[in-house]
Formats: sequence, structure tokens, C-alpha cells
Amino acid sequence: MTEILQDIFANDFVILGLKVGVLLILLPATLVLGWVELKLGAHMQHRVGPMYPGGFHGWAQTLADGIKFVMKEDIIPKAADKFVFSLVPFITMLGSALIFVVVPIGPKLVIEDLDVGIFYVMAASSIGVIGVLMAGWSSANKYSLMGALRAAAQLIAYELPLVLTAVAIVMQANSMSLVDIVEAQRNYLGIGLPFLVGPGLLGFFIFLTASTAELTRPPFDMPVAEAELITGPFTEYTGIRFAFSLFAAEYISMIGLAAVATTLFLGGYLPPIKALSGLPVPGPLWFMAKMSTILFLLIWVRWTYPRLREDQLQKFAWKVLIPLSLVNIFVTGALKLTAWF
Amino acid sequence: MDQLIESPSHKRTTYGTGLLKGLAITMRHLLSRSVTVHYPDERDVLPSRSRGVIALKTENCTVCMLCARECPDWCIYIEGHKESRQPAVEGKRAKKFNVLDRFAIDYALCMYCGICVEVCPYDALFWSPEYEYAEHDIVELTHEIDRLNGWMYKVLPPVPLDEGAMGPEFKVAALPAAAAISAPVVEAAPVAEAAPVAESAGVSDEEAAAVRTKVYEEEMAKGSDPRVAEGRAKAAEMRARKGTKGPG
Repeated sequence: MTEILQDIFANDFVILGLKVGVLLILLPATLVLGWVELKLGAHMQHRVGPMYPGGFHGWAQTLADGIKFVMKEDIIPKAADKFVFSLVPFITMLGSALIFVVVPIGPKLVIEDLDVGIFYVMAASSIGVIGVLMAGWSSANKYSLMGALRAAAQLIAYELPLVLTAVAIVMQANSMSLVDIVEAQRNYLGIGLPFLVGPGLLGFFIFLTASTAELTRPPFDMPVAEAELITGPFTEYTGIRFAFSLFAAEYISMIGLAAVATTLFLGGYLPPIKALSGLPVPGPLWFMAKMSTILFLLIWVRWTYPRLREDQLQKFAWKVLIPLSLVNIFVTGALKLTAWF
Repeated sequence: MDQLIESPSHKRTTYGTGLLKGLAITMRHLLSRSVTVHYPDERDVLPSRSRGVIALKTENCTVCMLCARECPDWCIYIEGHKESRQPAVEGKRAKKFNVLDRFAIDYALCMYCGICVEVCPYDALFWSPEYEYAEHDIVELTHEIDRLNGWMYKVLPPVPLDEGAMGPEFKVAALPAAAAISAPVVEAAPVAEAAPVAESAGVSDEEAAAVRTKVYEEEMAKGSDPRVAEGRAKAAEMRARKGTKGPG
């Protein structure tokens, strides 16, 4: 059984199909993740969330929302820079989707194994903020502009801890390729534990915090703080443009950063410990299970904490997260020099 | 201020425990069963005296208009006319009474304050637990007399009085007792002064009545007006009861 599966996955055409499938599945995945977030958030607030669309626990709610967005009127403000304004959804979606090019979902299931993989991930995940800045500037709206500037400031602040924690992992794995990073965890500490165990634990939490900020999700959603900025950079967007530039981009980035965190800290497609590698569970399933756990963590945090104030947000990045991630690098380096692993 | 700082609720806790507590709360809610009533599919059993809609008992209404006048929204419409009933005895006046023609409540305006129910002196308005009367047309929200009567079928009879509460019979039985209790409070000084005198006078009802008859006859003998005589006789009787001598 396992051999047949391995044969199937060794076929080039199957792999090519799966690679294309990974990108094609992203948009439906946002619908699923959006529904999961609606339901989890509702139950965390002692509600039940959508119950009707689709019949079973409102599974089609986000699909219906999508259809609603398509049918809404598409408005571009008169004073807006029309070309830039309409380019924004593509840029934000692009930035989110590019991450998946280098993330290995199975042993051979990676679209392109770049040797600068993690560097590429960090670069690609920052593209989205260009879209946000474009939205803020082209909308000709003060709320949009302020939101966009906040998003830019936030990205500068939180990109640093994100990169610095990744540096520690690169030091542990001796490679920037995401496939190599996963493979380095195959025999980590002799029993194949993920990098989460050890100095990676601190890095993992810094990475998740910085990811949340990068995604502008609560408690770091100052750029789209609806109480003060309406919807920040996307105030002037309507219909499907709004859905793509805000919701789809957010959920795809969320899946992307969760996939990267899975690869860096949880051992990607490997089983959590080498002793479990005999189980007939394919790599992508391990990957999905780990990624779902991280997505759940992100949703859990989102529905628990209130929004930070802008100055608190900046203080937290520069005074807490960046020093902590520097300490993380130092500890990892020291442990590596003393040949602990 | 010192108390605030010393109170245990303001003790500093370990850094970050508050964040974990928050996560624990949301997780607890996620794992516990939701209390939502899935309304159109299932209906909650409301308390039988819930305040969902106002019902009208038409036979009790006297068209006094108190409810319509007290309504803060002026959402009660009442129309009526006067009719007269032929007197039972020849030569007496005809009895006039009000007849209710229209009674309507506009639930689009009503704010469910319940003042009309409180103010109705004849128990014609009641709260009913019914609540499903949403309409597609706002005009339909004005419930006319038939519909208001229809809400009555779920109205329960009034609750029995509490143990020891003053019921309708208190006017007959309890009033003298209440007066006796309140007397020393209101007229404390005169009673305290008069009481020993009254005791020494020791006037019984019969004696007092005798004083009254005697004074009346004396006055009549003097040729006073009968009404004056009666008044003076009564005053004398009161004085005799109190034990004071009075003028003259």
C-alpha cells in the first residue's frame, strides 16, 4: 500500500499536478479557513455562528459571502488613482500566494526548492504591504492613508523579529532552503524531534507573534482598526476588490505563514518524532495537521486579546520582541558552538 | 488609597499570567456547549407571565382613556360613544354609559413600557407572553380590537395574594385596627393629656348619650333653632366623653 502510494507520488506528472493544485486550492482554502474562524470565534464568545447556509452548520457561509461580494457594485472613488487602485487586490494576493512556491508540503512536493528559500519567503511576504500602501495612497482618503502608514510602520517593526528568529533556525539547519531545514529535523537530537524543542521554543512564539502582526490580525490590527480608521487602507474598496484585498489576502497569508512556521519549527511533512515514521501517514497529512494547529493558535489568540494601541504595538516590537530574538540567536549559536546539536 | 494598594485583588501577579488566563477563558467557552436557542427551529419556553404583547379584555374597558393619555408614544387609539339606558323607575334620569367602538395599539410605535397596563383601573389591559407577530407591512402592526382580544387566551388569572398581605377585605376588617395604631402617633400630645381625665370622668356610652339628650332638650326649651340645639348637644357629648368641662 505504502509502496503504491510512493510510486504514485514519484510520478512527475502527478507531482506537477499536485504543485498546480497547491496554488489552485488556496482560494477555496480561504473560504474553509474563513468559515472555521467564524465558527471558532463564535463558540469562543458563546455563540454558534452561521447555521443555515449549506445546511450543515452553515458550511457555505463564506461561499455565500463570496457570491455576495461578487454581486455588489464595484465603486472606484472619483478622486482615486484608478490604475493603482484597481491593481491593489492583485498585489496583495500575489504577495500572499508567492510564499507557497518554496514551502515543501511533502517529501517531493515542493514547487521550487530555492536555496535561498527562507530569504525568499521573507521577501515575498512583505510584498503585500506594498499593496496596502498603494491602496492607502490611491484611495484619496485620510483614513486609508493613515491605515497604510500604520501598516508600513508595523511591517518594518515586526519583519525584524520574524527574520531574526528565522536566522536562528537557519543556523541550526545550516541551510536556507526550506527542504533542507525540514530534512535537518529528521534526526534532530537523535530522535527526530522538531526544532520547536530546545531554543526553537522561544523562536516559535516570537515568530507567531510577529506573524500575527504581519498579518495585521488582532491584537495587532491597528492598520484596519475599524473603531478609528473604518477599515484603514481598504475603506474605499467595495465588492470583490474588497474581498480579495482584505479577506482573501489575509487568509492566504495566514495559511502561508502557518506553513512556513510548520516548516521551520514543527518539522514540516515529517512525523513529530522519528519513532512514528513507520506509520502509513503520508507527509502532506502530517504537514496539514501541524499547519492546522498553528492556524488554530492564530485564531484562538485573535478572539482572546483586544487590540493594542499604536505606541504599545511599536514598543512591544522594538523593546521586547527584537531583543528577545537577538537573545534567541545568541543562545542558539552558543549551544551550537558547544556542540549540543 | 492605602486600602486599594493593600487589597489582595491589586497584588501584582507574575508577568504574562493574565494573557494565559484570557486564553483559558476563550478555550473554556469553545469547549462548553452553547446556550443559544435556535429560534425558528426550536422555541424557548417563556415564563407564563412574560411581557410579549398587550392584550385587551374588551368587556372590562370603560373607555376612560387613561391608557391612551398615559401612553408615552401615543400609540393607543380609542374611539367610543355614549349611550343611555332607560331608567328602571319612572321619572328618574336615564343612566348614561360609554360604549367602545375602536381600540387599537400600534406596535410599530409601542415601546413596551407597560404604563397602560399599570394605569388601567378596570383590569382591561394585560401582558401576554405571545411575541411572534412580526409583519411584512408596518400597517399590519396596528392591532385592532379583535386581535388584541385574541392575545387574551394566554393571559393567566392574577396571582393569589401573599400570605399576610392586605386583601380586598382589609377596608372592612383592618381599618379600625390601623386607626388605633396610628392614633398615638398623630395625636400623641392631646391623647396623653386627655387620657387620665377621661379615665377619671369614667363616662360610658349611655351616660354620654344621656348628656346629649339633656343638652338638646335644654336648648330646645330655650327656644334655639333645632339645628343649633343638635350641634350644641353633640359638642356637649364630645366634651363629656373627653371629660373636659367646656365653655359655660
